[in-house]
Amino acid sequence: MLFKRREFLNIGSLATTSLMMPKFLKAFETKGMVPPGNKVLVVIQLSGGNDGLNTVIPVTNDIYYKERPRLGIQKDQSLLLTDEVGINPALAGFKNLYDNGNLGILNSVGYPNPDRSHFRSMDIWQSGVESNEYATTGWLGRYLDAQCSGCGKPTQALEVDDVLSLALKGETNKGLAVKDPKRLFNTSHSKYFKDISADHQNGEETVDYLYKTMSETLSSAEYIFEQSRLHQSSQTYPATELGKNLKTIASLILSHINTKVYYVSLGSFDTHVNQENQQKRLFTELDGALTAFVKEIKDNNRFDDVMLMTFSEFGRRVSQNASGGTDHGTANNMFFVSGGLKQKGILNAMPDLNNLNEGDLKHTIDFKDVYATVLKKWLGADDKSILGKQYDYLSFI
Amino acid sequence: MSISNQLKNQHLLWRAAFGPMAENVNELSDTSPQNLYALLLKASSKTLENFNVASNLFDGLVKGVRDVVQLQNLSKEQKQMIRKQSRNDLKNLNLKWLNEMINSEAQLREKTSLFWHGHFACRVINIYFQQQLLDIIRKNALGNFGNMLREVSKSPAMLSFLNNQQNKKQHPNENFAREVMELFTMGRGNYSESDIKEAARAFTGWGFNIHGEFVDRPFQHDNGNKTFLGKTGNFNGDDIIDILLEQKQTARFITNKIYKYFVNENSDSNKVETLANGFYQSGYSIKKLLEDIYISDWFYDKKNIGNKIKSPVELLVGIRRLLPMEIKNEEIQLLFQRVLGQILFYPPNVAGWPGGKNWIDSSALMLRLSIPRVLTNANEFLIKPKDDDDTMMGSKTEENSETKGRQVYTEVDWKSVLKVFESIPRENLAEDLSNLVLQTQSKISKNILEKYIDKGSRENYIKTTIVELMSTPEYQLC
Repeated sequence: MLFKRREFLNIGSLATTSLMMPKFLKAFETKGMVPPGNKVLVVIQLSGGNDGLNTVIPVTNDIYYKERPRLGIQKDQSLLLTDEVGINPALAGFKNLYDNGNLGILNSVGYPNPDRSHFRSMDIWQSGVESNEYATTGWLGRYLDAQCSGCGKPTQALEVDDVLSLALKGETNKGLAVKDPKRLFNTSHSKYFKDISADHQNGEETVDYLYKTMSETLSSAEYIFEQSRLHQSSQTYPATELGKNLKTIASLILSHINTKVYYVSLGSFDTHVNQENQQKRLFTELDGALTAFVKEIKDNNRFDDVMLMTFSEFGRRVSQNASGGTDHGTANNMFFVSGGLKQKGILNAMPDLNNLNEGDLKHTIDFKDVYATVLKKWLGADDKSILGKQYDYLSFI
Repeated sequence: MSISNQLKNQHLLWRAAFGPMAENVNELSDTSPQNLYALLLKASSKTLENFNVASNLFDGLVKGVRDVVQLQNLSKEQKQMIRKQSRNDLKNLNLKWLNEMINSEAQLREKTSLFWHGHFACRVINIYFQQQLLDIIRKNALGNFGNMLREVSKSPAMLSFLNNQQNKKQHPNENFAREVMELFTMGRGNYSESDIKEAARAFTGWGFNIHGEFVDRPFQHDNGNKTFLGKTGNFNGDDIIDILLEQKQTARFITNKIYKYFVNENSDSNKVETLANGFYQSGYSIKKLLEDIYISDWFYDKKNIGNKIKSPVELLVGIRRLLPMEIKNEEIQLLFQRVLGQILFYPPNVAGWPGGKNWIDSSALMLRLSIPRVLTNANEFLIKPKDDDDTMMGSKTEENSETKGRQVYTEVDWKSVLKVFESIPRENLAEDLSNLVLQTQSKISKNILEKYIDKGSRENYIKTTIVELMSTPEYQLC
């Protein structure tokens, strides 16, 4: 495949910087698109504890309507997926994905001894350990560690944010947090940093480590910025933060970067009061951004290789509270969006509202089973070493 | 290369305290580190003043309630108001303590307290509980470890954070017992699951009342025999703590952690063993242990100097000690703590802040490099922190709503800094400043520095050199 003119020009301007381009970000040797089969994972974190029961709605369940006289979404208001299950009316794009066989819904995902603190529960989800364990690394960070031990061309993970999440911190490898590559590169006094970096003589271990991190960050920011401009998006994304972030991610997926994991957050779903409006606003943002993203990835024939996954640190209580909202709960559903799912639609039973634990849903699937499945079957990684033990695989991938 | 007295003294000041002040620089070459340590110790022996930042509103709410009804009977709105106020007060406690770290003479005590604050990590939002726990820590920071452990274990903050209020005879809750052993005393791998279960039984009944006082609730205590670490008896919580302190492993575990925090991330097992023996024989005197470290010769070995990554709080406080300054919008320091990953009173979990290279990732490093320029008004602060749902309760706050430049309003007292360098000839300035600001062997070459600094006047030369030296990977280390 020939260079497009625009790409050619850009590569010209990159000639100097590519000398210090970090190994892990080097483009694939093949010119042109990333080879098919190179799977990409996009994690969308729904921060704050999304209310799963008003996301995927049990429209024939009397207990649901009894517990939520004010908040329950009526059958005829929801977008019906089956006779018994509807999806939130603000998620029309998801309904479309469902109809096209590109959506998987996994119900009742959680973990034993659930914690209802946002911080702690998010910590548990991001680190991928049991709720009585404390880890200083995240599951995707350890994936980077595992991928990179001794390999010449390590893969990389990117978070579209100013601050890196625990999920992407490994023991020796860490993802890169970049909200705006241009800004990171331009405003960070980078000329000075480049100068001192070029002048630095290795010697002391920790100083060298800091210099390595600094120069990789600078050159990555520049490289990512250039790469993200190579692919001019044909899609109009909504003018929302998530829209902007997914546009950045799409342009990187369609560039030459070998990044396998992208991470982005949307929130806050902490709907103690006035849930209906807040969830609707966030879902509208999610739905619009995702629809544009999927269209673009599809148009470029990469949808079979890209999977989006949503999660939240917990679901919410089955009963509504007195302020038009819901309080912190436990198990929740997850979405999987891809052209390459092995099983589609509603993947397991809806939550059993007859069988609650003090008003909260009981989990039937450990989220580490999901991680194991994604790591093994999607990313082709050694899930056991990454998660510290062998969890069960699910069959949707 | 021989190590200068000045470097040794700065090393001591960075580890035992929060770094040198520019005003003191000329004294640093004269005295010996041993003398300097004696001075630090003396300055920390004055009586401690406890903090009280709980606002009147909070005071009124909680105290008023004590007389009338139980806290549980408050309306949802009242409860929410109390929580909100408590969070605000915690911010004030944070800033108050931060100021103490910057300005207090009792540097040794405050620095050692910061270590214990991470060791006895506790994340509860009750301002009274947190204040009380901090008092215990600061009071005992240089005292006896056994006393501190016992007081911490009986503090409502820790009892509530580790769920011992729910630890009852009929339904033991093992959380407290587990963490006391795993994190506060012996460390993982030195006891069995059955030891945890038995210890949890001994701790049944330990709780606190609505006045924030420790109570031993006899009806919830399990009076049966327990077998713990090879001993059998009708133990209570105090007995368990005694038995834990009898274990040499407890001295070893604490000493190792202290060595890694104050001396070197790579611990030296021989040195730790010797120090732990002394610590154990002294009946857990923290002062003795620290003295064994700071007056030793090996503490000042080349390999121990300039190799430790400063925690975000050490970085921030260190800058503010070297450069006296007034920050008009003080709360910006909470934002720094948040984006750099260390908010006082909000440890990530009961294990505390992991430290070392964990402080560093690409974005955190770039932020750290930008802070000296931000604090001296050369740059805006352009970072949006992650949402914190525990404090925001689903609403957007101003600091999270927009990614916009945030100007930090500071006034640096350059006069007193400039005065220190009055007598230094211009050609020596760069080197002298570098020796004051950086602890590493790696230095920034003068040629590069001179490209970026303002050579217009002597004053600007000094100012910009200090700021550029602080904006380096080398400055992240102490």
